[in-house]
Amino acid sequence: MSAVPGPSTLMNVNLQGQRLARRRARVIRERLIELVLFFAALVSVFTTVGIVYILVKESVVFFEQVSIVDFLTDTQWTPLFDDAHFGIMVLLSGTLTSSAVALAIAIPLGTIIAIYLSEFAPFRLREVAKPFLELLGGVPTIVYGYFALLFVTPLLQRIYPELPGFNLLAAGIVMGIMIIPYVSSISEDAMRAVPMSLREGSYAIGATRFQTAVKVVVPAAFSGIASAYILGISRAVGETMILAVAAGMQPNLTFNPLEPAATITAFIVQVALGDLPHGSLGYQTIFAAGLTLMLFTLVCNIGGHMLRKSFREAY
Amino acid sequence: MADLKAQIRSRKRWDAIFALCGLLALMVGILTFAALFVDMALDGAGRLSWEFFTNFPSRRPGEAGILSAWIGSTLVMLTTAFFAVPLGVAAGVYLEEYAAKNWITDVIEINITNLAGVPSIVYGLLALGLFVYQFGLGQSILAAGLTLALLILPVVIVATREAIRSIPQVIREGSYALGATQWQTVRYHILPYSLAGILTGVIIGMARAIGETAPIITIGALTFIAFLPPAPVTSEPPFLSFEWLFSPFTVMPIQMFNWTSRPEAAFQANAAAAGFVLVLMTLAMNGLAIWLRYRLRRNIKW
Amino acid sequence: MAKAESRGLSFYYGDFRALKNINMPVHERKVTALIGPSGCGKSTFLRCFNRMHDLYPGNRYEGEIILQPDNANLLARDVDPIEVRMRIGMVFQKPNPFPKTVFENVAYGLRVRGESSRRRIEDKVEGALQDAALWNEVKDRLHQPAYNLSGGQQQRLCIARALATDPELLLFDEPTSALDPIATASIEELMHDLKERVTILIVTHNMQQAARVSDFTAYMYLGDLIEFGVTDELFIKPKMKQTEDYITGRFG
Repeated sequence: MSAVPGPSTLMNVNLQGQRLARRRARVIRERLIELVLFFAALVSVFTTVGIVYILVKESVVFFEQVSIVDFLTDTQWTPLFDDAHFGIMVLLSGTLTSSAVALAIAIPLGTIIAIYLSEFAPFRLREVAKPFLELLGGVPTIVYGYFALLFVTPLLQRIYPELPGFNLLAAGIVMGIMIIPYVSSISEDAMRAVPMSLREGSYAIGATRFQTAVKVVVPAAFSGIASAYILGISRAVGETMILAVAAGMQPNLTFNPLEPAATITAFIVQVALGDLPHGSLGYQTIFAAGLTLMLFTLVCNIGGHMLRKSFREAY
Repeated sequence: MADLKAQIRSRKRWDAIFALCGLLALMVGILTFAALFVDMALDGAGRLSWEFFTNFPSRRPGEAGILSAWIGSTLVMLTTAFFAVPLGVAAGVYLEEYAAKNWITDVIEINITNLAGVPSIVYGLLALGLFVYQFGLGQSILAAGLTLALLILPVVIVATREAIRSIPQVIREGSYALGATQWQTVRYHILPYSLAGILTGVIIGMARAIGETAPIITIGALTFIAFLPPAPVTSEPPFLSFEWLFSPFTVMPIQMFNWTSRPEAAFQANAAAAGFVLVLMTLAMNGLAIWLRYRLRRNIKW
Repeated sequence: MAKAESRGLSFYYGDFRALKNINMPVHERKVTALIGPSGCGKSTFLRCFNRMHDLYPGNRYEGEIILQPDNANLLARDVDPIEVRMRIGMVFQKPNPFPKTVFENVAYGLRVRGESSRRRIEDKVEGALQDAALWNEVKDRLHQPAYNLSGGQQQRLCIARALATDPELLLFDEPTSALDPIATASIEELMHDLKERVTILIVTHNMQQAARVSDFTAYMYLGDLIEFGVTDELFIKPKMKQTEDYITGRFG
């Protein structure tokens, strides 16, 4: 083997050099693309950080001027008056009452529909009902608000003439019907995931369809169904427009659905509709209210998520 | 044997009773939807005319129209799609094709699930505090578009991931075996095959965004806008203007909200008309998405 | 004396004829085994006995399955499948205990029938668990979740669950194919004791198991009943060449 590289070896080295350079360029390009995609994925983290940051930042300023004890225990909510009171209980009562009405409708009906579609309904009916329920859940909430104010309330007033034009009941009912698709679709998915072998075991003992559904399938899908309920709660608490339109925006400490009241969400809308100088106490109030709301729905969402994870592990 | 038959019959009665309950529960939903639709139509269809679509809002209900509202909605939707689609698809691709199973990925996924459950008004607060003031975007179409994009981002991401997940592994392996890089595989195989599924998710997300009111109110969309944002296409070079992004605006749901809040019955008719248009739009979009999904399931035979 | 008998039994999955004119007795208080290669129809045949196929659309029975002592045709249109399943029990291939306690699993069949007396339920549950040779292992764990039991224990729990309702005929669909050898042995021993009280029809893909456990064996192939006979005779001196080919391992 000669010590001097011949012409063909030199050409090979050149080609190799080119190949290496191309390879390096390719690797760099691939890495860059991956980085771009990674940052796109990080946007969700930035969003959460942003939400937490802005809510806490403004709330901190708020709580420098309003004691947290007052915030939690005061029974009046008059943030924009000269003699301002900041009792979040007032808004919470509206939120809780309307949500209770909504869930009293959504949870039973949603569960019944889910069991029916999963265990009873013929295939064709299921294929039609499921998209329909999706459509029901896709109607803009402002339209539901209009419906609650100008159709449901007059309807209720025929039964109970003393019902005020703004009331939590009509809003709660419409909200409940809007939430049915959420509850039913997640519950139904949970039930359909129960393996057929469990149902066969029940039928083989001589159980009826109803007995199998209620005594075997529902308990087996329990954590999925519970997570559906929790997500329904979270949805009810966070709903804004139906309440802003149909329940009125007057803060009112009450647990009676036949009265008008403002919820946390409706309050934020009311303030946003007005003129709020940036940096004023009134401006910060909506962030404090929003923080309260956020904490509650966060707890619900995390709970529902953990339940769904534990449910998936069982099968 | 006879009392066995009787016992079975009484047990099976519950089957029938429950089936009836199930149908009744479904009827509640169907009746509500029908009542809503018919109510909107009856109250508002009379107002639907060419003038309604080409007039600005006015103090006189008979002359009020939704021109500024539906143009505003269109522009906001464009902005939303501009941000949400690339970000959402990119994030979905990353999570399905590139991400390793480590804590960073877990954090990202937890965040996405969480954000899907955050009330829309909180997004409005985020927009107000961060976009409008801190970033100085003002009460503009850009701020609204960004906010709604973040709102529907989880929808797009989840749709992208599910579409990608349904592509069998052998397709990827076939591409890699020929020496393609990861990005080439994504660009020439993964993305084209998942396009229909992604499109379905995007349509559903947009349908949701069109109807969103709370975040936009919080940003400060005004409810009485009697002018249009500056047109994106101008008659002088450079022929493209982005002024409209920073213009005040209104959208369809807000216009409806404004009219609903007025006590005069005539304004309520306007609100019903606007609502009817909104319902038709969201119905059409959701229906399109459902039909797309149905066609997808039938056509793809791996 | 035959506890049950299939007469001219054919079964269709849609247009596909899975069982072709099967005539076979199931002798009382004996173990009858069904063997044959994959797809021969043995599970399909078994599931006709408790009308399991009724759970899925598109299926059709032809012929009869007669159950003694009342000479009833189980496949008759006017016979409710639930009625059939209250007389005939089934144990499945993979143990499928319900997400309930051990006690509630066994009590399920009784509760479903409307039994409400606590004493009677407790007695029957204990009796069934004794018969399934599981009582000693679970008597201190009756109110713990059934999922805590091992695979073999779960399968014996499923057997107890089926026994609690005093079935006239017990169907076993490959009951040990998902179990380890020790659990398998315990279930085979159990079958030997059970047959004094219940008639047993078992599907197995394991020929040696059939030879160990059963009194009568039926060999099926592609939906036909090729041969039926006393187990010892069928395995030592099969009458049909096809049976011999299968048994000696020439295929399947």
